[in-house]
Parts: sequence; structure tokens; C-alpha cells
Amino acid sequence: MTTAPANQPAVSARNLRKRFGALEVLKGLSLDAHEGDVISILGTSGSGKSTLLRCINMLDIPDEGEVLVAGEAIALRTGRGGRREPVDRAQVDRIRMQLAMVFQNFNLWSHMTVIENVIEAPVHVQKRPRVEAIAEAEALLDKVGIADKRNSYPAHLSGGQQQRAAIARALAMHPRVMLFDEPTSALDPELVGEVLRVMRTLAAEGRTMLVVTHETGFAREVSNRVIFLNQGVIEEEGRPAEVFAAPRSERLRQFLSSHLRA
Amino acid sequence: MDFDFLGQTLLLLLSGVPLLLQLAFFSIAAGAVLAVLLALMRLSGNPALDVCARSYVFVFRGTPLLVQIFLIYYGLGQFPEIRQSLLWPFLRQPYWCALLALTLNTAAYSSEIIRGGILSVPFGQIEAARACGMSRWLIFRRITVPQGLRVALPAYGNEIILMTRSTALASVITLMEVTGIASKIIAETFRAVEVFICAGAIYLVLNFAISRGIALLERRLSPQMRAPAASAGVPEPAR
Repeated sequence: MTTAPANQPAVSARNLRKRFGALEVLKGLSLDAHEGDVISILGTSGSGKSTLLRCINMLDIPDEGEVLVAGEAIALRTGRGGRREPVDRAQVDRIRMQLAMVFQNFNLWSHMTVIENVIEAPVHVQKRPRVEAIAEAEALLDKVGIADKRNSYPAHLSGGQQQRAAIARALAMHPRVMLFDEPTSALDPELVGEVLRVMRTLAAEGRTMLVVTHETGFAREVSNRVIFLNQGVIEEEGRPAEVFAAPRSERLRQFLSSHLRA
Repeated sequence: MDFDFLGQTLLLLLSGVPLLLQLAFFSIAAGAVLAVLLALMRLSGNPALDVCARSYVFVFRGTPLLVQIFLIYYGLGQFPEIRQSLLWPFLRQPYWCALLALTLNTAAYSSEIIRGGILSVPFGQIEAARACGMSRWLIFRRITVPQGLRVALPAYGNEIILMTRSTALASVITLMEVTGIASKIIAETFRAVEVFICAGAIYLVLNFAISRGIALLERRLSPQMRAPAASAGVPEPAR
């Protein structure tokens, strides 16, 4: 993991706009994440949280605006038919390696064992020696607490174990930033804790994380910044203590009253 | 029962097996390559490629293989361009015509099987691969093919068996594979039932071997369907 030059955000999104058909999901949204930031992105469903994350690593291509990773802008152009597309796929692939993503539905590769999932990108994308990748993968699986599942297939794991394997897979790429897209939303309540515990450890290590979540407890205790999205714009943003204690906007107040657990 | 005659007939028919296997093997192999191309054309998102592949599949699935064999064997020679082309030394021979017809035919069916296999791979897993910085080709090779193959294999196994039997049709353009030899023996002896029982038995044995092979392959390729690894303990079912 190389560190970005001082003052250079690890990830910077500038004026992102994205529409799906008639629906404008992101309406000119900007966001900077510096090294070590843990940013929780809250918002009602349909507010654009996931789309924001997906536009950052180009799983969705923004219609307008740009994304910079450690100061390097991802080059986009308007292709035939007026659709935006990357100028250079190789650049996108290279930058995606620095932006590991953890998905709501884990998305482990079902034909590979846990350890094979973890070493896949290091070996085949980053061309690291297999032996080295395996040793590191074992350490990562140990860290997320599923070392004993190394040879199991995803279908034989619980949701929480699958998500922890997915986090290990993301970590194995030595990403600059980790993107979490509702990592606990598909889990049974009793399995949420084990995943959040791992994420807390990562935050404590100083990793840069963007976390789309409904877990207000996690947002309040772990992140250093909270962003509340509403209808494709940042409605409110600040330190968790301020945002949770004294929400300025009516929408955030409503959101918090329905999401905060007593 | 005239076991002497059955034994002799069987031996004669067996001499047609190498040609049968050749026709089946080469047409399936070449057909698979063409089928992958057709499937990718269908999935390319390019309307022109899609229509080409669709029309191809429509024509070759919609007409009998027998008609296709006749058309290629008798039809191609009608065109002076083809008779004067470099391909004519091949296309004038029944062997190559049969091989061509079988290949083109199986490619049409197989392309749909392969397309189904590719589409069966959950999109989330493709996105996860993209998010890891995997290139399109790497995703195809490492994620789509291994999983799609597993899904496609039962249907594709069917197609392999179907093709092995379809080689019998090559006998109508004078090829002396098993069915061709059988027809010849019948013409000489008028003992159709015994000869066709022998021929049928040969196809049955071959296809038994093929279906066993496919079942083995299926098992090998689907380790995740088998019982969890011994060390896994008692897993909670996912989802």
C-alpha cells in the first residue's frame, strides 16, 4: 500500500451525476476521502448511496463528473450512442485494484474454495507469487476468524462467514481504499456482529474505508465522518458526534428516529 | 438365433467404428469452437452480430440434418465458384461434406447451450471480479467458463450423444461407417433385424461409455456440490 502525496485525497469524487432512465440518482455529488478516513454513508433506500460507491469504482459509469484515486483521474469519454465509457479499460482495472469492494451479497466465486477466492486477484491480476499469496491469504483468513474454513466452498458457509471471506478477499489486494456496500444488510441479525467486529478492527488499523450502511451504531462509533444522502445529494455531513447529536435537517432527524435503536 | 452370423456381422460393423468416432469427434470439436463464437456473438450486445448468430441458429436448428447433408453434398457442386475454389478437393469428398454438415449443425445447438451456461453465472460474481480489476478476458476464463461449463454440461452431454448417433446419417452419402456397413450387409443378406440389432448394440455401448464419461466429468467439475470438506464441521446453510 503506497501512501498518497500529502493533502491528496485517497479518493475524490467530483460533481458526480448518474441517471437511470428518467430517474436521476446522483445529482452532482462531491466527496473527498483522505488516508485513514472512515466515512459512513447513510441514507434512505433510493437516496443514491450504493450508486455513489459503484460510480467510484466504475461499476456504474457516472454521466458527469470525475473520480480521482490518489490524484489520478479515471479518464472517461462519451462513446457511440452517447454513453459514457472509460477511455482505457486497463486504467480502470488498475485503479479498481486500489478500491477493493465488499458487496451486500458477498459475491464470492462459488466454484472456488475460500482460499482460492482470496488468492485469485493477487495471483492472476497482480501476478504475485502463488506461495506468497497463499501465505498472506491464510494470515488474512486468520485475522477475520475463518482460518478453519480455508478449503470450504462458499455454499457451505454461513452468511457472516461468507462476508468475512469477502473482506479477506478485498484485503488481499492491498487496496488503498475499501468500499463497503451495505455489508451487513443481507445477514441474519445474529451474524451482523461478527462482520462489524472485523470492520472495526480494520478501521482501528487506520484503513481508509467508505461504508454504505444502515448500522447507525457502527457509523457513530467507528467512522470519523458521516454523510447523509437524500435524493442524490449530500443533505448533511460531519463528525458523527455532531451529526447524530444535533441533526440540522428535518430528513436526517426523521431518518435517525427510525433507525436509531433505543 | 444364428450366432455365427451375428458375430461376423458385429466384426464387420466394428470396422466402421473408427470412422464413426472420427466424424463424431471432429464435428463436435470444431462445432464447439464455432458454438462459442456464436454464443459470444449473441451476447456481444452488437445488434448486427446478434442477428447473424440468431439467423444461423434459426436455419440450422430449423432444418433436418439429413437435408443439410444432402444440400452440402449435392448442392455445393452446383456452384462453379466452389468447384473452382481451393476448397473443392475437400468438398467433393463425402467425408468432408458429412463432417461439415455435422459441424455446422451441432454448432447451432451447442451455441444455445453455451449461451445458457454463460448467462447462468450470477451477475454479482462477475461484478466482484470486475471490482478486483480483472480484465474481461480473465473474467471469462477464470469465472464465467468454469461455472458456465458446469451448468451447460448435462445439456451438452446430450448433444454429444445426439451427435454420435447422428453420424449414422453420413451413410446416406456413401460413407461406410457403422450404419453404412449395416445397410450394405442387409442389401447382401436381407437380414435387416439381426444386422440392425448389432448396429444398435454398438451405438448403445459407445453412448454408454460417453454418458459415463460425462457423468464423471460433471462430478469432477462440481466439487462445491459435494459434501463439505471434513474440516468444515457443521456448516450453517447459507442464505
